[in-house]
Amino acid sequence: MGRYFVRRLLWMMLVLFVVSAITFGLMHAVPGGPFSREKALPQEILDNLNARYHLDEPLVVQYARYLYDVMIPRFSLLEKDPDGGYIKPIPSLVDDFVIRFNIGAVEFKWMNFGPSYASRSRTVNDVFKQQLPVSFQLGMMSLGFALLLGVPMGILAALKQNTIWDYLGMSVAIFGVSVPVIVLGPILVWIFGVSLKWLPPTGWGSQPPYVLGLFPSNLGPEFFKYAIMPSVALGLVSSASIARLTRASLLQVIREDYIRTARAKGLMERLVITRHALKNSLIPVVTILGPLFAALVTGTFITEQIFGIPGMGKYFVTSITNRDYPVIMGTILLYAILLVVANVFVDLMYAYLDPRIRYD
Amino acid sequence: MAPKVLEVKDLATQFKTRDGIVHAVNGVSFELQEGETLGIVGESACGKTVTVLSILGLIPSPPGKVVSGSAHYLGKDLLTMSDEEIRFIRGAQISMVFQDPMTSFNPVLTIGRQVAEPIEIHQGVSRKEALERAGELLALVGIPNAKERLSDYPHQFSGGMRQRAMIAMALACSPTVLVADEPTTALDVTIQAQILDIVKRLRDQLGMAIIWITHDLGIIAGLAQRVNVMYGGFIVEEAPVKELYAHPQHPYTIGLLGSLPRLDASTHTRLVSIDGVPPVLMKKPTSCPFAPRCPFVMDRCLQENPPLLSFDTHHRVACWVDPKTGGARA
Repeated sequence: MGRYFVRRLLWMMLVLFVVSAITFGLMHAVPGGPFSREKALPQEILDNLNARYHLDEPLVVQYARYLYDVMIPRFSLLEKDPDGGYIKPIPSLVDDFVIRFNIGAVEFKWMNFGPSYASRSRTVNDVFKQQLPVSFQLGMMSLGFALLLGVPMGILAALKQNTIWDYLGMSVAIFGVSVPVIVLGPILVWIFGVSLKWLPPTGWGSQPPYVLGLFPSNLGPEFFKYAIMPSVALGLVSSASIARLTRASLLQVIREDYIRTARAKGLMERLVITRHALKNSLIPVVTILGPLFAALVTGTFITEQIFGIPGMGKYFVTSITNRDYPVIMGTILLYAILLVVANVFVDLMYAYLDPRIRYD
Repeated sequence: MAPKVLEVKDLATQFKTRDGIVHAVNGVSFELQEGETLGIVGESACGKTVTVLSILGLIPSPPGKVVSGSAHYLGKDLLTMSDEEIRFIRGAQISMVFQDPMTSFNPVLTIGRQVAEPIEIHQGVSRKEALERAGELLALVGIPNAKERLSDYPHQFSGGMRQRAMIAMALACSPTVLVADEPTTALDVTIQAQILDIVKRLRDQLGMAIIWITHDLGIIAGLAQRVNVMYGGFIVEEAPVKELYAHPQHPYTIGLLGSLPRLDASTHTRLVSIDGVPPVLMKKPTSCPFAPRCPFVMDRCLQENPPLLSFDTHHRVACWVDPKTGGARA
């Protein structure tokens, strides 16, 4: 298991390196730059800006500088203050590390993703700390909703195959697949937010600081009041595909020989399904959880726009039109990390569900 | 004569498919006495498995349906029982061993858990006690280090071990009747012999009745007391095992016995096969189902399906022809 993890970790490094190289190459290949304006800036100012952000250097040097800033940890000594503690420096604008802690007088700093060119008072790290958790929470909520609705719906449809329950469940699934967020979102807002006034039509229910940097600190009715509509709007499509997959998989499993064996033992039908069929039928469902998770966490842009949620989607999209190089690199690398980690998680889930799969 | 434990009368099962109704079993009647071993032989798709699955209510429905008949177990009809009633018979009083040990175990549950399951549900003991019993059962069927292997998963067992575990599972509640559906077909010959030894030993120890389904006449000869030969969803011949081998009456049985390789034949003798293919069961036959392949076929065979009639005290056959003379049966 340990060796397996090390191997996966090394592969992850390689994947991230390749992703970063391709992204870096592509974004510099696109015409225009962060300081291109409709009314061009004077050449002197442009030169100054480029020199300030090292954009006048050759691309390879810029890339190496980026990797150096992100990957190499820095250490510095802190000054003692009169009370016996240490004085922590106020982070400067262009020097903001994702990880920063001190052991005694030694401060440890790691992963500097650089400044944002477009909003000069912010760094990429600010975006990560303030916007990413919101998108992450929205993504997790919709994934949870998709699972909570999709799996039971699929099970019901399979067990009551060709009955009204099956048709009803699959109709909901078809509806979910066919109606995009951009239609469903405003309809939900209009019904529950504007007409019935049950739920707030816009906004998000959690603020920094976040637990572990990602999770809301106020996981209660107040949080869910805001989260429920966007999660439903974003998660319905996925719940539909989960339901269809669960149904197909369970229908296949209940025709297996070992299900007949279980019945021949005199097991109650309820136990035949819960003990013998469910675990087997969920294996294919777990397979799509990895890509689904990535799709939900990264695909929140439209949902965030409709519901006015201060998430990451907006920064991700505008950073590209603005040629805001550090934000593009940072967000894409982050999404890449999320994807890789989600896939490792899925592989571990496999091993849990299916004893024939063991990693060593 | 020992009392009957199972009496099947006029059992018929059909499957609805897109192309029409498949008549898998067409009015089968037989009895099973206490402690007796009954063999059911016949080629693939002749209705052997469907017959026993129908009795236990294990036919996948839809598309399958038992359309007529009765199956009395100790006086009670299994076919009209509620799901809850028959659940207490399955696995406890009538248990089954299936053909393919590779697919008949749940791959994600441990062997111990699966073997212990019938004990747990039928005898109402705790899971821990049931597991202990399962360990004893595995030892009984000759699995080495049985206690340690309880926590193994099916893929860690070989085919022969899985089939032994399957037998252990079937015997868990000391059933009155053991139904074995081609339990040795998927195994190689040496393992077959071991499994047969185990079954014979346990049969003598526990005194249960066995229905053994197979297409291997060699196995039946050494195991069963009585044999039903099935063809096209009908029982075409029924006789005590020695009588059947010595005086087969149905042309199909004669063909089956003729196709067995013999140790005393010269090495240049070709194996005999029955010409033609098994019947398509899409419509209920009005003539003898074996007529198209029968070397003795007469006009009457093509017009009327022969009923299963007594030929001798314990020997019944469904055929218009007397194979000795080639003429009509007296």
